[in-house]
Amino acid sequence: MLRFIGRRLLIAIPTLFLVVTVAFFMMRAAPGSPFDGDRKLSPEIEANVMAKYGMDRPLHEQYGAYLAGVAQGDLGPSLKYKDKTVLQILQENYRVSLTLGLSAIILATIVGVSLGVLAALRQNQTTDYVVMTIAILGVCIPTFVTAPVLVLVIASKLGWLPSAGWNGGALPNLVLPIVVLTLPQVAIISRLTRAGMVEVLRSNYIRTARAKGLPENRIVRRHALRAAILPLVSYLGPAAAGLITGSLVVEKIFNLPGLGKFFVISALQRDYTVVMGMVIFYAALILILNLIADLLHAVLDPRVRLS
Amino acid sequence: MTGTILTPGSRRGAETMEKAARGRSLWDDAQRRLLRNRAAVGGMIVLGLLVLAAIIGPFFTPYAYDQINKDHVWAPPLTQGHLLGADSLGRDLLARLLTGLRVSLAIGLVATSVSLIIGVVWGAVAGYLGGRIDEIMMRVVDVLYSLPFIFFVILLMVTFGSNIILIFVAIGAVEWLTMSRIVRGQTLSLKHKEFVEAARAAGLGDGGIIAKHIIPNLLGPVVVYVTLTIPAVILAESFLSFLGLGVQPPMASLGTLIANGAQDMELAWWLLVFPSLTMVVTLMSFNFIGDGLRDAIDPKDR
Repeated sequence: MLRFIGRRLLIAIPTLFLVVTVAFFMMRAAPGSPFDGDRKLSPEIEANVMAKYGMDRPLHEQYGAYLAGVAQGDLGPSLKYKDKTVLQILQENYRVSLTLGLSAIILATIVGVSLGVLAALRQNQTTDYVVMTIAILGVCIPTFVTAPVLVLVIASKLGWLPSAGWNGGALPNLVLPIVVLTLPQVAIISRLTRAGMVEVLRSNYIRTARAKGLPENRIVRRHALRAAILPLVSYLGPAAAGLITGSLVVEKIFNLPGLGKFFVISALQRDYTVVMGMVIFYAALILILNLIADLLHAVLDPRVRLS
Repeated sequence: MTGTILTPGSRRGAETMEKAARGRSLWDDAQRRLLRNRAAVGGMIVLGLLVLAAIIGPFFTPYAYDQINKDHVWAPPLTQGHLLGADSLGRDLLARLLTGLRVSLAIGLVATSVSLIIGVVWGAVAGYLGGRIDEIMMRVVDVLYSLPFIFFVILLMVTFGSNIILIFVAIGAVEWLTMSRIVRGQTLSLKHKEFVEAARAAGLGDGGIIAKHIIPNLLGPVVVYVTLTIPAVILAESFLSFLGLGVQPPMASLGTLIANGAQDMELAWWLLVFPSLTMVVTLMSFNFIGDGLRDAIDPKDR
């Protein structure tokens, strides 16, 4: 177990290295610089500013310096937000994204698994068709459609919930963003659960459990569900990626001060270090989630050996 | 042909018997199953209409998609000759919607082709050669899989500016990973088949075997995955356009139209509702067709 984790972490290092490298050179290849403002800086001042951030040195030296910094956990100062380091910006803004993402994934798992199990148990009956129709709609209606439509109907026309803003994380402000993030995940999770459940319910050990006379409720919960949600565990990594993508849209539409909103703005403003910091942060997050998924897989399925 | 009496003497009977004797191929079977699937057939009809509208529709609208008209600003649907209304610059929504649909479908097609070519070649080579090379190639795929790819697409758009060719390439380059995995798995099982042995015995080289024997036999799963990739690509492009990084004005795609519609929705609901509906219907027909194809081709559920 420990060896497996160790090996996976060792593989993660070259991955992260690749991420950092590609992102670094892509960002630097972009035309423009973080110091292009409304007012043109005089050449002397610009040279001074560049020197202050070490950007007067050749690119490969800057790259080396940046790598050394990252290896020590130093992501550098922001180029746009004076007196702030990238780490500070991450710390100040991750809470919004994390709250949204976590709530969405928990909610989506609960709702999605319940719907999926329900559909599998009532296979080819009305319930099944209704759930699967919802699932298809959830996959086909993108977040950037649900978000504005829900704002228009529920916030603007009916006035039940605020249409935008964070408001210190007050619940009414959170409802719409979380719902928007949750819907597509519910769709995918319920489909995965239904498919897994349908297959498992046909298997021999379930028939054995039935033959033993166990109550149906117990068979479903103790025996079938455990095997049926295995595909779901593998979906953890992609789900995180999907939530991150979704949060870019949701944070923009609901005007929330999260990382996603920051990323696009920073990329457009050429705030090199902030963009790099976020890419590293998200890449690490996805790597960790994939690792957790693999471990969970091994815990739930004794046939999987960690090697 | 049911109900026809088969007498060997009649010409018709002989033809029928010949037909029956030829048997049904894998593809005949698949086609039959596909055409029995009502959702898939519905998807094909709707999609056919959408494609037709996207190709010839823009020639028949009374206004051009980029024609600005100050007197028609925010004209509601069915007024002043605008079937679906007009936007904040008085441009005809129907014309913009058809153009946007055309752009989105084109991006879906081209970017999927890019991903198809990379994915099939990569997967077939890795699976066929096997061993160390396979391991390295698939490790590359694993590494790329674990990257937050949307960030790289965003970086690409920021770096090189949003031009439409780049959108094709960027999205295509993201979507080939799953394709290569599917193709590799299939190739692994195909390469030990007798007909591959026979080809090798006949003196065909590795390249020839991959091109002539492996790739044609991969068609089934690849076709299924392609129909499911196209909507994913359309979605990705719209997502970029929504963030302002995709297709640039006055050009339109479904994503830009929805983004603009979301901005003006308080004043003009039609700008949000019609593009959104078009988007959802397009994605749904692709998904229905893809699901139908999978059920038709995948031998697992027979």
